Amino acid sequence: MTKLDKAIHTPAPQSAREELESAVVRFAGDSGDGMQLTGGQFTQATALAGNDLATFPDFPAEIRAPAGTTFGVSSFQINFGARRIMTSGDSFDTLVAMNPAALKVESPNLKPGGLLIVDTGSFGERDLRKAGYDANPLEDGSLEKFRVIALDISAMTLEAVKPFGLSQKDALRCKNLWTLGFVYWLYGRSRQATQDWLQGKFAKRQDLADANIAALNAGHAMAETAELPDGVHGFHIAPAPIAAGTYRTVTGTQALAWGLLKGLELAGIEGLFASYPITPASPVLHVLAANQHLGVTTFQAEDEIAAVCAAIGASYAGSLGITSSSGPGIALKTEAIGLALSAELPLVIVNSQRGGPSTGLPTKTEQSDLYQAVFGRNADAPLVVLSTRSASDCFDVAIESVRLAVKYMTPVMLLTDGYIANAAEPWKIPDLDGYAPFPVSFHTEKEGFQPFLRDEKTLARVWAKPGTPGLEHRIGGIERGYDTGHISYDPDNHHKMTKVRAAKIDGIADDIPEQTVELGNTPGRLAVVGWGSTYGPIDRAVDNLRSQGHDVAHIHVRHIWPLPKNLGALLKGYDKVLVPEMNNGQLVTLIRAQYLIDAKGFNKVSGQPFKIAEIENAILAELEG
Amino acid sequence: MNEAAPIAKRTAKDYATDQEVRWCPGCGDYAILRAVLKTLADIEADPAETVFVSGIGCAARFPYYVETYGFHTIHGRAPAFATGIKLANPKLDVWVVGGDGDMLSIGGNHLMHVLRRNVDVQVLLFNNEIYGLTKGQYSPTSRVGTRSPSTPLGSVDAPVSACLYALGAGARFVARGIDSQQKLLPETLKRAHAHKGASFVEIFQNCIVYNDGVFDAFTAKSVAAAMQINCEHGKPLLFADGTKGLRLKPDTLALEVVEVGADGAEAAGVLVHDETNLALAQLLCAMEPPTMPTAVGVIYCNPARSYDEGVHAIKEDAKKRARGDLKAVLQGGHTWTVEP
Repeated sequence: MTKLDKAIHTPAPQSAREELESAVVRFAGDSGDGMQLTGGQFTQATALAGNDLATFPDFPAEIRAPAGTTFGVSSFQINFGARRIMTSGDSFDTLVAMNPAALKVESPNLKPGGLLIVDTGSFGERDLRKAGYDANPLEDGSLEKFRVIALDISAMTLEAVKPFGLSQKDALRCKNLWTLGFVYWLYGRSRQATQDWLQGKFAKRQDLADANIAALNAGHAMAETAELPDGVHGFHIAPAPIAAGTYRTVTGTQALAWGLLKGLELAGIEGLFASYPITPASPVLHVLAANQHLGVTTFQAEDEIAAVCAAIGASYAGSLGITSSSGPGIALKTEAIGLALSAELPLVIVNSQRGGPSTGLPTKTEQSDLYQAVFGRNADAPLVVLSTRSASDCFDVAIESVRLAVKYMTPVMLLTDGYIANAAEPWKIPDLDGYAPFPVSFHTEKEGFQPFLRDEKTLARVWAKPGTPGLEHRIGGIERGYDTGHISYDPDNHHKMTKVRAAKIDGIADDIPEQTVELGNTPGRLAVVGWGSTYGPIDRAVDNLRSQGHDVAHIHVRHIWPLPKNLGALLKGYDKVLVPEMNNGQLVTLIRAQYLIDAKGFNKVSGQPFKIAEIENAILAELEG
Repeated sequence: MNEAAPIAKRTAKDYATDQEVRWCPGCGDYAILRAVLKTLADIEADPAETVFVSGIGCAARFPYYVETYGFHTIHGRAPAFATGIKLANPKLDVWVVGGDGDMLSIGGNHLMHVLRRNVDVQVLLFNNEIYGLTKGQYSPTSRVGTRSPSTPLGSVDAPVSACLYALGAGARFVARGIDSQQKLLPETLKRAHAHKGASFVEIFQNCIVYNDGVFDAFTAKSVAAAMQINCEHGKPLLFADGTKGLRLKPDTLALEVVEVGADGAEAAGVLVHDETNLALAQLLCAMEPPTMPTAVGVIYCNPARSYDEGVHAIKEDAKKRARGDLKAVLQGGHTWTVEP
């Protein structure tokens, strides 16, 4: 643990540095250039410097795309500041381009006057040709609107690591650390945590640890002594006003996995996490597989269907079954989800949404599975659906998913997305003792037992698990009699059971918080209604426009089904409702259908998160319209 | 102190539910149900600790008729449900029941994996070489030329051999039975139950409505002795009342039928059944009428650690080596404190 002190915040003379409220830095290079690692280290150093931050790792679907191509560019973006940071940033203040392909892909989003750091050592004729450049952009004046820092990073890295006798290949692999050192100086970050991390990572290869640290230090020294373009003296970004407490960085994947573990603990039961590898959901399996001492067993099934079926089997046997996938995999699980909700067994289904349909854009983010979650099954099959708005939010939403699943004996789908899964943000570690337990009680009473005995209030059926003497019973996917639980083909009974299943799920609206307004007045002129990972850009856009005097509010829905019971009345208090979504208009359809409100959609389906400016413009257009 | 009255030993009848059985009159499933109920009584199964899991199909109605826990799931996936049940509670005694369509067509993948993982369950595959519940279409075990509503001109595709598939998938217990063999079948099922790990039992089951008599070439009373060979570990592979035996052809890796004379089986070169021999098991499973008898009984049994046992051992080990609780995980890695 590190205690913050003034020295960490101000490693360089503050007077010489330009004071900034926030900055967006994007590291871009070839897939093999280690940009994700570089970004991760910069994130940690920035968190330790006391800034608030948000990150956006953006990488290709190919594991090792051909070197030097534009489709092999891997990028990591971080927005950090002395104020609350809501998004990973619209455009960049600083772009690090490790090769021409990265420059080509990323420079359109570098602000005019922004700082552009390029490795001239990677701008050979062949590199340029592979990136599709006819002429060297460093020489043809096309980069004039930027402040260019062109350095032969490759050569300087080789020079810096010379004493350690590495192969040319290993030596060149240190250039991301050289670059990181350079950027550390620019933004006044401490190198200590990265040095410690390198020592740990290369504990068995001291030469590699030394070489990387030497490269880091050499880059740092170069920035400190080099003559930088006019007006660049390094930057200073004061710590953000952050609530007191112990913090760490967390990705949505981590927070979600840990939230599931906490949920199991609060329910007082073990869990089976059964899943089949799929991008971007697999890391949840990895995190839980490494934590099987905490009440979960993990099972990598032979396919998506087996994963959900094994999870349901576990729930039947008295554990909580949890499965996880992304859109195409969820589609395969659909039939089994129908079984879980008709047999009334608890199940948590994590859906890390990605670009679709079909294989779509596996590594890009989208929130286009709302229809699939709410409607995507045969017959009348209501499913509880929750969504997460940010990486840290995943912890609490995972707990809530477990609570609803076991309390109502029903499957719950948790919608997160590829952006949230990979994005990191500072997280105030919660007080784990502060959560109210919701212990499961298994049915044991033989007298009057039948498997579909219901709680009068929640309508949840009893959970009678195998191993309980005297409660032997059979359940399945065939309709069962309301009074006996036995197979029933009686028409009236089927009608009744369909209604009861719907009423049980509808009733959950009484057990979830009422919808609140994040920002702004109610009633009012315009409500911007979002869900999921659009939280950050919507909130900042609404905040910006409110400070300009516009009557606009931000409402962010967590419970997608059932919807909060006051949502309809709340929305009717606004003249206009705008629903920005990273899909072709799904929540907006649900809202229109449920409340007969003339809500308008604002849609972006590019695989990239919304920019604040895009939402601001949409709001202004709607206000004027 | 009150002493609990000793529970009278349960009979086969005590394992039957009060539900009306809904198979067609004369269906082979009745006989298999009878054999299973007898097996449960013989092994003194605890109904509370026993679970029958099935997919979809005629055979998959099975759990409704057994007075234990039961889960009638979805088409083809019973092995996956059973795996989840065993991972959640390894103490449960789990039986998986399904037909040839359920287990070899839509669920072929799950059957392969439950077997190769060696999950400690009994898999009973009722093979009638036809789709019954959907009214008579040909199945993946139907022989070439099978005429059915979906193949009125005769089926073209080659069938799969259930037992060879199981062996290929890495099953460590493979046995065969016949619905009508009320003496032999419970003995085979008891062996399957006693085996730790996945036990696979193919049961030839006559579908009286859509495929009546399809196994007559070896099950008809008149030919049964001549066309069935009951495999018993350590005993010579004899059939036809001991007048014939199986021998390894000297020059090829194949079995042949030999007449056993007065000098006995050994003199005739008849093989002694070794149920741990995978190559022999494959040869036995591949035998088909009319040239060869059909092998029944325990064909292969070669135990290894079960999946559920392995998973739980790893988990216990992880618990022992764990460095702390969830709090420790959250505090692990880099943390920093913001002072008030």
